[in-house]
Amino acid sequence: MTAVAALSEDVSTYLARRARWSPLEIAFWVFAFATIWLFPGKYLILKDTAILALFALSLDLILGFAGILSLGQAAFFGFAGYFTGLAAKYGVINEPVVALVLAGVVAATLGFVTSFLVLRGSDLTRLMVTLGVSLMLGEVANRYSDITGGADGLQGVTIAPILGVFRFDLYGHNGYVYCLIVLFVCFVIARRIVYSPFGLSLRAVKGNSLRASAVGIPVNGRLVAIYTVSAAFAGMAGALLTQTTAFCSLDVFSIDRSADLLLVLIIGGTGYLYGGLIGAVIYRFMQDYISTLTPQYWQFWIGLMLVGIVLVGRERIGGWNEALRAAISRFFARFVSRSATLGAAAPDGG
Amino acid sequence: MLTILFDGIAYGMLLFVLACGLSVTLGLMNFINLAHGAFAMAGGYCSVILVNRMGVPFALGLPIAFLVTALLGGVFERTLYVHVYARSHLDQVLFTIGLVFMSVAGVDYVMGSSQQFVRIPEALQGQFNVFGIGMGKYRLLIIVICGLLTIALQLMLSKTRFGSRLRAAVDDQRVARGLGINVGAVFGITFAFGSGLAGLGGALGAEILGLDPTFPLKYMIYFLIVVTVGGTSSITGPFLASILLGIGDVAGKYYVPKLGAFVIYAIMIVVLILRPQGLFARSAAR
Repeated sequence: MTAVAALSEDVSTYLARRARWSPLEIAFWVFAFATIWLFPGKYLILKDTAILALFALSLDLILGFAGILSLGQAAFFGFAGYFTGLAAKYGVINEPVVALVLAGVVAATLGFVTSFLVLRGSDLTRLMVTLGVSLMLGEVANRYSDITGGADGLQGVTIAPILGVFRFDLYGHNGYVYCLIVLFVCFVIARRIVYSPFGLSLRAVKGNSLRASAVGIPVNGRLVAIYTVSAAFAGMAGALLTQTTAFCSLDVFSIDRSADLLLVLIIGGTGYLYGGLIGAVIYRFMQDYISTLTPQYWQFWIGLMLVGIVLVGRERIGGWNEALRAAISRFFARFVSRSATLGAAAPDGG
Repeated sequence: MLTILFDGIAYGMLLFVLACGLSVTLGLMNFINLAHGAFAMAGGYCSVILVNRMGVPFALGLPIAFLVTALLGGVFERTLYVHVYARSHLDQVLFTIGLVFMSVAGVDYVMGSSQQFVRIPEALQGQFNVFGIGMGKYRLLIIVICGLLTIALQLMLSKTRFGSRLRAAVDDQRVARGLGINVGAVFGITFAFGSGLAGLGGALGAEILGLDPTFPLKYMIYFLIVVTVGGTSSITGPFLASILLGIGDVAGKYYVPKLGAFVIYAIMIVVLILRPQGLFARSAAR
């Protein structure tokens, strides 16, 4: 009995130590919000980056923490995007924040329903099923073009001001701030999930689902839960895109979108939450740069990069990244302990 | 009605020739090759260049397309793919999707993004009328060629020494290796051969499937359906799956055009839920 109590004590102190915000993380977010004033001319690309980061975060939750290989995140992205667009077009829900939350709920419902499909089978089966679901939705959106606008996209969407106060202006200032805040809130939620005992059990499932079930973790239940949460996040990213562009096209369901998302995560690294964010920044700016060089053929370079990353080895790139993070956090730890003489325990680098 | 059935069978046969290489690579190396369609596209473009630009006769263009793609596949296998077999599925997916992107953009750059057609000889155009069933001559040719190929493949797998090595390697790679079978070489040859078949399929199917740079992305899902639904342990599984898929797709597009490919995806998902190992898989082979 006492042994169990001591163990749970151990686990909770371990989790509490891991969950502490490191100075590096705080610096990251301070910088992220500082971009609002630092780069006033870049709001559009920054906004896209924030949305992509949220989308990548959703994939990281299932791929990096639960080990579900999915090519179908675009299903939730697009579904919620169309939901938001249609709701705003027909004047059902105009207020962006309410619409955003509802879009999250709708996407989560879809995620919950389809999550039972990914529980069975191997990686390939999962890949096919997730891909199949998003292709199916894309096909439906294409066929019912009288509702969705088909290949021309959903037009005539008017989005009300945020909270009835902040209008989406032409320069994208309010839109960017809105996206950034949503990203931050979602990130905090994701962080809370990941550093909870629930998150720890997910890691166990990813490591070895058979052994995880042997120590009493309800594997399927955990996978369903995280898949649903991830769907909600992806849905919110889709809703943000529709709201900030006042437009929604079939492109939201395309397989390119899901594949790009994988690339984003791979650039940034999986399984530590910031991977998606950093990857989104690198990917979006790189894509912008390459597509101004060769507007038509930028896909080639993206492909080349994917091939290169795999051939060099993700671990090597991830390792470089990890070493850098460890070095920076050591530096910060020393800096903090010297200046505040708190003698804080060194954060163990994520 | 019967014409639909006939077209569906032709389409399905074509899908089988395109996808059977994929099923072997997946079954043998447990390797997810999303770039299989790129080889099919290579074959298609190869025949376009040969027949339309250089005036090579169509009947000669097909085997050349096969050889060129097989060579291409072999080179890629030896230089690039060989490094990725032991990696995780995530790496394989990333790698092959990267190849798909490169091939799409590369072909776009070289050949332009418009749809290409292979010039088919006069003798193969038009259709027969047998008992009131309209049969396109070209489709009949496809059925004949693909049918012969299927029989040849089946014989090769079941009767030759190489076939039995291949089957042994698919069933249990470790034991096969222990018995002195050079699994790597068997795999390399099979990969090249499978790519060649895909190239032949691409060349034959350019007329029916349409050939443009997005081909690998557009048909990737079809190949994967054939493989996952058909299972990877035999050649009859993917064959039946592709015939079913072909008939289903043609009939679906004919009778409920509003839903289009929806029917196919729905069927695939249902099958995968009920039988994750594929419709025709032997139970618990490993």
